[in-house]
Amino acid sequence: MFIETEQFAAQLEAMDELEQQAAYAAVAQWFADHAGKITHHTHLAPVHTATTVRLGQGEPVITDGPFVEGKEVVSGFAEVEVADLDEALKIARSWPACPIVEIRPAS
Amino acid sequence: MNEPVHGQVSQEVLARVVREHAGRLAASLVSLLGDFAAAEDLVQDAVEVALRRWPAEGIPERPEAWLFTVARRHGLDVLRRESNYRAKLARLTSPAPAPRDDRLRLIFTCCHPALSRTAQIALTLRVVCGLSAAQIAAAFLVPESTVAQRITRAKRKIGEAGIPYRIPAAEELPQRVEEVLAVIYLLFNEGYLSSTAERAQARDLVEDAEWLATLLANLLPKQPEAAGLLALIRLHRARGAARFDGQGRLVLLADQDRSLWDRQAIEQATALLTRAARAHRRPGPYQLQAAIVACHAEAETFAATDWAQILVLYDMLLHLAPSPVTRLHRAIAVRHVHGPAQALTELEDLGAVLERYPLFHATRAELLRDLGRREQARTADERALELTANPAQQALLEQRLAWH
Repeated sequence: MFIETEQFAAQLEAMDELEQQAAYAAVAQWFADHAGKITHHTHLAPVHTATTVRLGQGEPVITDGPFVEGKEVVSGFAEVEVADLDEALKIARSWPACPIVEIRPAS
Repeated sequence: MNEPVHGQVSQEVLARVVREHAGRLAASLVSLLGDFAAAEDLVQDAVEVALRRWPAEGIPERPEAWLFTVARRHGLDVLRRESNYRAKLARLTSPAPAPRDDRLRLIFTCCHPALSRTAQIALTLRVVCGLSAAQIAAAFLVPESTVAQRITRAKRKIGEAGIPYRIPAAEELPQRVEEVLAVIYLLFNEGYLSSTAERAQARDLVEDAEWLATLLANLLPKQPEAAGLLALIRLHRARGAARFDGQGRLVLLADQDRSLWDRQAIEQATALLTRAARAHRRPGPYQLQAAIVACHAEAETFAATDWAQILVLYDMLLHLAPSPVTRLHRAIAVRHVHGPAQALTELEDLGAVLERYPLFHATRAELLRDLGRREQARTADERALELTANPAQQALLEQRLAWH
């Protein structure tokens, strides 16, 4: 899971067009480099587009915004097929964009 | 200490044999079963049986084969109840594990950075050193259930998150070795600082730390920091007899009876350090700390201490691993080389970060006293006393406050 921070968003915002293009190219390159391991990936739209549905207590409650308001938000995820955690860590270490990557097993 | 039933197996011998063999058995079983948690359960059971029976029956000639047999028998019992163990236990048919030492892989798994530090420590003590949850709990003064829960969670994470059972690749190795060394160093500190005359009965973590450092230094001969940590631990231990007086009170370095130091152990540890430094020429924080302790250990008297050399070593250490606590220790060397006034100036910068660190205030008190500022010295000692939880340090500070 890729996690953006406010600071990272601000940095991206402050870049000129050329720098932004270089940043996006680095991400595209990363996906190309690990294409053999990546089985699926998704980039999420920014947090202001989020809608949350809370279930379980009577009628579902629908609210505007993400379920946790925070300075750090999940901005996307990639599914990788690896033998163990160390292999996943190796791929995560080379991620060129947002500053936090969370690794979780999926089934 | 409890007398063994037939008097032939002391607790100390028992602990040593278990420590030597439990980790080997765990390593073999993880390899055979490919399941860390299942292997660890079997080892724990086998060790429990051993601890119950060996004091009365004596230690078997081949403890490893004995433990393996018990583990396998227990594994077969489990098999009858749980079908998913079937495939794994089929692999347990060989009579005894191969003699290959797989404990390095075991250590790297237990100290994987994806586990919390407390989990790394509990798991290493349990799986590599063969301690029971009760022994770990007693050593860290926490409830046994807390330790058991930490171990259970850690084992679950190893299985579910896919923490591998292998020696890290070359490019990850330095970082991963650092992680293992940090765990051993923490264990050592915990044991060393909490050791007092009254707690002599408790499991000696210092011994486990030295044993682990020895194992690691042997298994990783190309890593000078492993030798550095081992030398550091041995240099501290060589002076252990002089740390407390007859009443169990802490004795400061300057006041220690140096004839109680184990000169031979000091020489050997220094030689180990020198060999590692010369062979690799890659200084690191543990080698440098050991070199500093060696400077103290080699001085015939406190006055003969080579403070100029110590100051150089502290500068190198700070360059590699900047830390406010290291700067505090460096200030003590500055006091002996350049005088208390300069040392105090260096300390003032650290006040903001080390405000809650008792040794900061105790050191400051000493420097202020050197400069004749007795009222301020007293206030600083009082602050140190407020902050320290260690009974031996409290006693020392109370004594100092009463005298001055």
